[in-house]
Amino acid sequence: MPALVIVAHGSHLNPGSHDPTFTHADTVRAAGAFDEVREAFWKEEPSFREVLRTVESEEVYVVPLFVSEGYFTEEVIPRELRLEDWDVSLWDSDGTDADTATLTAADVDKTIHYCGPVGTHPAMSDVVVQRAESVTGDPDVGEGFGLAVVGHGTNRNENSAKAIHYHADRVREMDRFDEVNALFMDEEPEVDDVTDYFESEDVVVVPLFVADGYHTQEDIPEDMGLTDDYREGYETPTEVEGQRIWYAGAVGTEPLMADVLLERAADAGADVEEALDIVRKRTATPAAGD
Amino acid sequence: MNDSQLAALREAAADGVTCDGLSATQDDSGYAFVTPEVSHDGLSEEEFDALATENPWFVSNWHFWRGTSETNEAFLRWVEHASELGVRERYETLVDGLTREWGQLLVTATLGTDGERSYELRHTADAATAVTGLDSYHDPREAREISTLDDDGRYRPLKTAPSLQAGWRFGDLDGRDLVRTVEFFYPATVANWYREQVGKLDVSHFRETAERQTGIYGVIDDLDVDSVENLAEACCVDSQCLKRREWDKDEETPLDAPRGDGEFPCREPCSLVVAAARQFAVLEGEETRTYEVELTPSERSQLTELVDAVADGRVDEIREADVGDGANRYRARYLRAKRLADGEFEGLREKR
Repeated sequence: MPALVIVAHGSHLNPGSHDPTFTHADTVRAAGAFDEVREAFWKEEPSFREVLRTVESEEVYVVPLFVSEGYFTEEVIPRELRLEDWDVSLWDSDGTDADTATLTAADVDKTIHYCGPVGTHPAMSDVVVQRAESVTGDPDVGEGFGLAVVGHGTNRNENSAKAIHYHADRVREMDRFDEVNALFMDEEPEVDDVTDYFESEDVVVVPLFVADGYHTQEDIPEDMGLTDDYREGYETPTEVEGQRIWYAGAVGTEPLMADVLLERAADAGADVEEALDIVRKRTATPAAGD
Repeated sequence: MNDSQLAALREAAADGVTCDGLSATQDDSGYAFVTPEVSHDGLSEEEFDALATENPWFVSNWHFWRGTSETNEAFLRWVEHASELGVRERYETLVDGLTREWGQLLVTATLGTDGERSYELRHTADAATAVTGLDSYHDPREAREISTLDDDGRYRPLKTAPSLQAGWRFGDLDGRDLVRTVEFFYPATVANWYREQVGKLDVSHFRETAERQTGIYGVIDDLDVDSVENLAEACCVDSQCLKRREWDKDEETPLDAPRGDGEFPCREPCSLVVAAARQFAVLEGEETRTYEVELTPSERSQLTELVDAVADGRVDEIREADVGDGANRYRARYLRAKRLADGEFEGLREKR
């Protein structure tokens, strides 16, 4: 049976950074589609550099638990995994539609299916919506609500914003929320001015981040005016300039993320249909029948 | 040994079995059963079964190792000192348990049902603690949580730092789960140790690792050999990490810093070392200058004691009222009150 390796950033400083990776890995493990499921990190161990030698399977699906395509998915991960003959053109992506490339790792005699990141998979849009359902406690949330998809944004990598716009566009096309906008921390339009961009009385704010940490727990709540000091906390929703802001925290902590990991592997040819059914049943919000 | 183990051996004899001194074969003349103590051939099935029943340890021992992956088998055999002890001696000793230390992990193998093995894992500091005094776990994944924080609740970014918390045990593990648990505590250590055992450990030296870096880590290639030496001394000794450093500056330039006494090898600078190297590369980019500052001889030596206390992680051990220690908090606060204003030494002058 093949193995699934989930590669994520991890942290030297924040012990909670690896939590979503462990949680989603455990969900996939329990679904039984893979004999082995292993987590690997850029900043923790096992490192990208050594993870492939810790799995017994001859065939390995590698799925990056990253938000966007770019420096990590195109350069760092393939290099550190020693994926021979990797070239980003194998993904034939314009920044949001990477799929899979089958390669060999130089230090192990294994077939590696290197998949695009979870963050740019179409199914991720459903996770954004489910995050809105989770935070409002309403499986039918949409009417009368605005939805903000928030990204870090950076001038160094144009793909970073593409992923955010991609999901904002897709959720907008679902015609479920009254308004949908992409907002950013470090570029225009900025999340600081969230109320300027929405007319709806209720706005759900979903940061497209893998783990909760400094940005999602400190920066964004303070920037949006939910609280003056993150340590004092805030209510959900919090009223800001006459609008109710439902702040969702990192989308990566949403249980349905495990589904996207499996979707990535399925797109690369893994036989995970049964596991997908199990995971969807376990991770869906109970009343979400849409 | 049980009946299904015996039946499995009988069936496997047709293809030939050899394991730890046991040889079992079958051909036209019948079965053969050989151990270091007995050797018979031309046996009927009943005679073969009778001999096997008289030597149950050899049968269950063969059965136990069947189907184990190469890496796991090497590690599990090391745990029970298989290269030093014959089957009979090993089984006698396994009743009370055979142990190995793997970093701060104490691995104990004991005899399980029908001659199989059962493994226990605990902290070396808990070697003598009663089972009832430890928190019990069985799922290997629990090791991820236990290894995240140290005894003081601080995050451990380096899994092989000698700061693993004590007070827990994993009991009644099979071989595969034992290795999985060990690898959740100390990732990839078994895999790399095995590669070393079979002469296939692939070492990436500092230079090679540095040249591979991009982005903000691209600068670490600037470190000269003395700085790499200091880096290894700062990060890669037993007081900081239990891996045994196998990498040097490059293949031709060994480093003097101790490699460590750990069982498991470190095959390349880890992400923590790379992150530290980046900081040191930035620091090494500065030129030295000469400063003048007025200090008493005791104050000067106090600075040394402060640096040492932080570098050796001794700060928390200094007793509150031990004002004889230069790194004592009241001593440090007195020095700051007397000599520092706005965080800078008063009267500090750059000598030109």
